Amino acid sequence: MALTRSALRLFSGRFTQACQVRGYADAPSMSLTFAAPSQVLYNNISVKQIDVPSFSGSFGILPAHVPTLAVLKPGVVTVFENDGSTKKFFVSSGTVTINEDSTVQLLAEEAVPVDTLDISAAKELLAQSQSQLASASSEVAKAEAEISIEVSEALVKACE
Amino acid sequence: SQQVRGMATLKMISIRLKSVKNIQKITQSMKMVSAAKYTKAERELKLARPYGIGAQEFYKKAEVKDEEGEKGQLIIAVSSDRGLCGAVHSSIGRIVKTDIAANPNTKVVIVGDKVRNILQRLYAKNIAMVVTEVGRKPAVFGDAALVAQSIINSGIEFSKGKILFNAFRTVVSFRTTEMPLYSQNAVANASKLPVYDSLDSDVIQPYTEFSLASLLFYSMKENATSEQSSRMTAMDNASKNAGEMIDKLTMTFNRTRQAVITRELIEIISGAAALETKN
Repeated sequence: MALTRSALRLFSGRFTQACQVRGYADAPSMSLTFAAPSQVLYNNISVKQIDVPSFSGSFGILPAHVPTLAVLKPGVVTVFENDGSTKKFFVSSGTVTINEDSTVQLLAEEAVPVDTLDISAAKELLAQSQSQLASASSEVAKAEAEISIEVSEALVKACE
Repeated sequence: SQQVRGMATLKMISIRLKSVKNIQKITQSMKMVSAAKYTKAERELKLARPYGIGAQEFYKKAEVKDEEGEKGQLIIAVSSDRGLCGAVHSSIGRIVKTDIAANPNTKVVIVGDKVRNILQRLYAKNIAMVVTEVGRKPAVFGDAALVAQSIINSGIEFSKGKILFNAFRTVVSFRTTEMPLYSQNAVANASKLPVYDSLDSDVIQPYTEFSLASLLFYSMKENATSEQSSRMTAMDNASKNAGEMIDKLTMTFNRTRQAVITRELIEIISGAAALETKN
């Protein structure tokens, strides 16, 4: 009796280990809704991973990521799709929500595919914003110019 | 004198007929314009729906509830400046009125002149802010961001909030819907908030502000589509009614015209007959 019980315990130990390994392999998939006010990029599509630039640091989101909220910084969002392809999008700002059930809502104010960006236009924008900051008079104008610089710097970086 | 009356009536009928025909032309052209604007609005709404629905997800999943407090209610009534669009504005006005009657400590932010006109007479002191120049051009995110910023800057505090708008269902129907709005305190006290990792006011504040702009944008898009489709239907009905009036008036006109001719003939003939018998 004791033998069988201990054998069972051995067995169950190995089973749970095996179950754990299998558990990670078919983790709950992650459903991404990535949208901007005038376009839909992903609508409840299952993806493997999403890298987002946020004010609390850039981080990657995998299925079963801990639920959290974050505010997006101007930068590049990389989506790793289930078939292995990756797509990069430049976002200007927005929010990202990761819920308990592994649904992710990435709401960007503006999002464009990185390959549609023009590096010379981005550099021009950067020069413009820098001169804007130099000639800014009020606090609001200064803040707006600084935001413009932040976005254009990120744009230039995304093009490179 | 009957003859004179007949002619005068004929003239009146023809004036009326001309004016109704003009009105029918106007309502028909308004219907065409609305149809074009409706197609565009519906296309933009389709692209905005995932965004708008996504923006509401967090509040549902985190089970955020209204704050317990006495700071009152905030209603954002989304409408527009232009009329002749059926029940779009009046349905919103009606709900706001019953809400204020039930809950006098309510502040209303009105987007669009028409609802302001409805509420101004009795509830002027509940109106916190009015946004005008709405409805002429399709809404963009920047518009919603501007309204959201003004609301935030005004420092309105509330325990319970909602956005009231007309959600588009089909070309012939819309439904007046409300989307809940939660204050920062309500979010901070949400039952499922501890599940969310490392959140502080540094994240919650910009999140709720961006969320307000996003939800407002979505409600504006839905409302614009409902308004255009409702105007299309209203103008179509008006054209049909005008057509019926034109048919009836034309009938009356022809009958009157024939009656006048008959009368003239009778008078001439009876005059001639009288002369003959005299002879």
